[in-house]
Amino acid sequence: MELSGAEIVVQALKDEGVEYVWGYPGGAVLHIYDAVFKQDSVRHILVRHEQAATHAADGYARATGKVGVVLVTSGPGATNAVTGIATAYMDSIPMVVLTGQVPTPVIGSDAFQEVDTVGITRPCVKHNFLVKRVEDLADTIKKAFYIAASGRPGPVVVDIPKDVTDPNIRIPYRYPDTVEMRSYNPVEKGHLGQIRKAVEMMIEAERPVIYTGGGVVLGEASAELTELVRTTGFPITETLMGLGAFPSSDPLFIGMLGMHGTYEANMAMHETDVLIAIGARFDDRVTGKIAHFCPNAKIIHIDVDPASISKTVRVDVPIVGQVKSVLADMLRVLRDNTRRPDPSRIAAWWDRINGWRKLDCLRYEQGSDAIKPQYAVETLYKVTRDDDFYLTSDVGQHQMFAAQFYPFEKPRRWINSGGLGTMGFGLPAAMGVQQAFPDATVACVTGEASIQMCIQELATCKQYSLPIKVVLLNNGYMGMVRQWQEFFYDGRYSHSYVDALPDFKMLAESFGHVGMRIDRPGDLEAAYREAFGMKDRMVFMDIIVDPAENVYPMIEAGKGHHEMHLSPHLSSDRELA
Amino acid sequence: MRHIISVLLENEAGALSRVAGLFSARGYNIESLTVAPTEDATLSRMTLVTTGDEAIIEQITKQLNKLVDVVKLVDLSEGAHIERELMMIKVRADQAMRDELKRLADIFRGNIIDVTDVSYTIEMTGDGAKLDAFIRVLDPDLIIETVRSGPLGIARGGKRLAI
Repeated sequence: MELSGAEIVVQALKDEGVEYVWGYPGGAVLHIYDAVFKQDSVRHILVRHEQAATHAADGYARATGKVGVVLVTSGPGATNAVTGIATAYMDSIPMVVLTGQVPTPVIGSDAFQEVDTVGITRPCVKHNFLVKRVEDLADTIKKAFYIAASGRPGPVVVDIPKDVTDPNIRIPYRYPDTVEMRSYNPVEKGHLGQIRKAVEMMIEAERPVIYTGGGVVLGEASAELTELVRTTGFPITETLMGLGAFPSSDPLFIGMLGMHGTYEANMAMHETDVLIAIGARFDDRVTGKIAHFCPNAKIIHIDVDPASISKTVRVDVPIVGQVKSVLADMLRVLRDNTRRPDPSRIAAWWDRINGWRKLDCLRYEQGSDAIKPQYAVETLYKVTRDDDFYLTSDVGQHQMFAAQFYPFEKPRRWINSGGLGTMGFGLPAAMGVQQAFPDATVACVTGEASIQMCIQELATCKQYSLPIKVVLLNNGYMGMVRQWQEFFYDGRYSHSYVDALPDFKMLAESFGHVGMRIDRPGDLEAAYREAFGMKDRMVFMDIIVDPAENVYPMIEAGKGHHEMHLSPHLSSDRELA
Repeated sequence: MRHIISVLLENEAGALSRVAGLFSARGYNIESLTVAPTEDATLSRMTLVTTGDEAIIEQITKQLNKLVDVVKLVDLSEGAHIERELMMIKVRADQAMRDELKRLADIFRGNIIDVTDVSYTIEMTGDGAKLDAFIRVLDPDLIIETVRSGPLGIARGGKRLAI
């Protein structure tokens, strides 16, 4: 079969089993777009800004576990995509981004719409390629998918000069079945000796804590993790990225940890003697001040990326391998071992944790006036709990409230930008999720500041009839910025008030969607029920919430887990701790 | 502490910038870096000298290994090894100074590789300390220009860095 470079790109995507490509055309990719036009097995979704293409592909990848694919043009097409590439990189999301480039003879001449895409993206990709010969195209795309999805996943950019896709140059096409790269060999199995050592340490533990992150979700290891937690009876806490890997309703789950984690999770971290970190990377939002981090603990760390181990926190038993495989081995070693953790010691530890739990650190008071954002999320849960439900989020207070108040029971259901904290992520990510699961209920919780960063995608949602539900917690401020300014800048709210807001209800309607505005707590549940009842329409809910509400508990940057700010509602109960 | 790390990497466009970019992005020190293809034209060998405590050096080697273009690496400082650096130094050599400069070059086992009416260019190899010492014995006013390659390193004995 003889194909042109442009046809090779499309055929390679078909051979990879790609269903959707999110993109935006432009000069350097016109040959490819012509090849896209002539077929219908790879479906192209036209976004309204390249950043949204990357977030949509990213949301698709997070929800399905498959590689998200993006196609954009050179120059501004590529630079607009960079935010989304960096977002995926920080959260280890498999993605292949195809960027057009000016023709090879003019590379380096400051040609129209030329940028050094490989140079610009280098620090925020797992790997990137510039394809200079059409003969290299198929092999390079195969490598890109392999690198993106294997080991610790991540985005891979393939930069394709226009002449490489010339429709008049046709070469024999064969898509490789496998990839051999002497310089890239991700590990699979963990070291059995290390696993045995970890199990011994777990059996001896008096105050163990299992701390898990996004790696468990990415590594499809929820079943193994759930078995490990239930077998040992150890408390489990999850990072923002790890939520849903273990069912949140299980009493062994003690909540999210870190800056806005629960009191019980952070106190347990502070007092644990054996910490079992699984697919988590000791992010600064999780650890707080390193010097105060788990001061009494021996640390076991399971991770697929050796560079994650002892990067910020020194660990005692490193285990490098795929989380799923390591946990399966760990369960086997545990089963074969006649010794078990001492039930009375573990019971005593649970007594202590349950004491912290009594504080009910997430408690808030919903009066009859302003809607509390916490109440908005809790009511969202009440209305959607029985649905096949996915929740994407933007970045800020609403993200933390959602993480705290929406109990996720399954992995890949909570989709948000954790590492990079990219405002504007939520709506396009929801598009990717809804595209992957047309019959599922997909909602995007957002703020009035975040949503305006990719608001143009309301048009994409209309064009592709995506019935996403936008849950806008509108407090008129960049809430998290406002909270920090209240706490640390004596209430000088420098540029955090979001003035000149549009009428979101009318805005949504102008895009052809259903708009709603809700400002009374008593109306909220009925409004949700009405909105989520419209299965085939996008509904944009502008929910006016209390502008003064803060996210608690909170650990200030640079403080330890035991130094939480608690909600003022709880101040009289502190002795419980 | 000073470490000298040898890296075998794919001889691909951009591989060098991935290494250099890693050091700047993560704030690691880089004292010198030399790179050239090996007898296997698909591979380049890089020698880089860096400083940092044990934890930083561990991160540097892990992060280097994580780069897709890096095939293999070794921290030569962990074992017995040899370092050599090449220097070319151009000095003012008027009639009165010529014999003295020749003598000094001989003492340091340097070769004069270019001669003009007014200058000598001396080629010298050795470890960094030797080259520093040679520069110190010269009157600074005599030095026109120096160029140094940065150290190259290789392990002693039968050990090898190869694929």
